[in-house]
Order: sequence, then C-alpha cells, then structure tokens
Amino acid sequence: MFEEQNDRKLCIICSKGTLDMAYPGMVLANAALMEGIDASIFFTFWGLDMITDKKMDHLKCTPLGNPSMAMPNGMGIPNFMAMLPGMTDFATSMMKKEMEKLDFPPPREYLQTIADAGGKLYACKMTADMMKLTEDDLFEEVEGIVGAMEFLEIADGAQVIFV
Amino acid sequence: MTTREIAGKEIEFDEEGFMTNPEDWDKDVAVALAADINITLSERHWEIIEFSREDYQAQGEAPGLRRITKEAGVPTKDLYKLFPKGPAKKIAYVSGLGKPTGCI
Repeated sequence: MFEEQNDRKLCIICSKGTLDMAYPGMVLANAALMEGIDASIFFTFWGLDMITDKKMDHLKCTPLGNPSMAMPNGMGIPNFMAMLPGMTDFATSMMKKEMEKLDFPPPREYLQTIADAGGKLYACKMTADMMKLTEDDLFEEVEGIVGAMEFLEIADGAQVIFV
Repeated sequence: MTTREIAGKEIEFDEEGFMTNPEDWDKDVAVALAADINITLSERHWEIIEFSREDYQAQGEAPGLRRITKEAGVPTKDLYKLFPKGPAKKIAYVSGLGKPTGCI
C-alpha cells in the first residue's frame, strides 16, 4: 500500500548567488516537501543574495567561464564573447524565459511556495555580518540568521546537500 | 502489482501503491483510499480531486502541485493542510492516478 515518508529530513546549503545555481536547491527543497520530507535551506556566502530582499529579484547568470551554457540553437558561447557588455543580461533573460516555459517560478515566488509548504529558510550569520545585513534586509519568510553550529543542530539526522 | 478490494471493487495497484487503471476509480473508491491515509474528504478535498481527474484527462498525467495552485486556485498552504505530509502523492493516490512525475 501507498506509504508516506516518515522521518526523512533534508537540509540544503545554497552557496551561490547566480540565477542558474539558485534553482537546484529550490527545486530539491520543494520536491522534498511535496513528497512529505521535512526540508530546510541554509543560505551562505553568495547564496545569501537569494534571500536578500533587494537582490533576490535580480539574480543573474553569466555565460563567462561556463562551457555548458549554449544558445538555444546549441552553439556554445565563447568566453571572449561572454565578456562583452550586455552578455550577462542577455543570458539572464534567456534563462528566465526557459524557466517560465517550464513553469518554474522566479526565486521570490518559489521560496514563498517553499515557506508556505512548511520549508524553513535560514541565513548564515557569518555572511550576514560580512555583508552588513540584518533580518530587515532579508526576505520576510526567513526564519532567522543562524550560526554554523546552530545550523548543524538543525541539520541533526538530516541528509545534507551542498549547492 | 497487487489487487485489493476497495469499495466493493477489485482494484489493481502498482508496486508503489498507486492505482494502475484510473478508469476503475469512482467517488466511493476515493473515499476508501482517503480513509487509507487517514483523510476524511471535505468539499475542498473534492475540488482538488476533481481538478486532478480533469487535468489527467487533458494532460495524460497526474498534475503537480504548481498546476493545482495555479489552475485550480488552491493556495499552497491549503494543499499542505488538506493533504498533510506529501500532498503531491496523496492527491494522486486518492484521485486514482499514477505517481506524479513532474518536479514542481
């Protein structure tokens, strides 16, 4: 018979602030919750941009130094072109369109869904101190700013994924 | 594959416990399947189940939660209240559909 997930727990560490690397953590956390697995995300270093109110709607992705990134026709983007002015914005808008086609929401909406589903969002204390951010600067659904030790306590018994 | 008697009908399930033949489903079956997972169906549950059945007819697969929130207009929080701990699978289970395969 159909069985529900019981004690599984997932903790994801998001350490990147680019639009492309924001998605893996969000997709996994949301999928876990849809499946009945407890999920929390710890945002550290550049990952803090994902929950910084002023930045989270403006995450970008760059083709520079990313040999995987290709145009829709499959042609790669050489680094000497990727460094031209406007290329980051171009790649970003391309990626946003692709995500929209697949019906994946932008970060703010996605994180709101995760929070509504019971997922917990935490900001890294060290990074917040370094970037001089307080809770007022963060997305309202963030539970709090926690240190690495406290996060490890939260992650007790969980599967941990570093993105 | 296993067969169980649900609401007086012989119903076939796959290894993960989802109905293999959505056509065998009816409302009595839904009530029994919901009881299996400790859910008593209310008006709001039915709204979601009916949307999922219709969406399955149109799309050929069980809808993910994003489709249900967007197309049926049920907020995420409500989905998790009505079908706690794993709404995506629970909705598909009670609706007599296969496991949802989408990521969202």
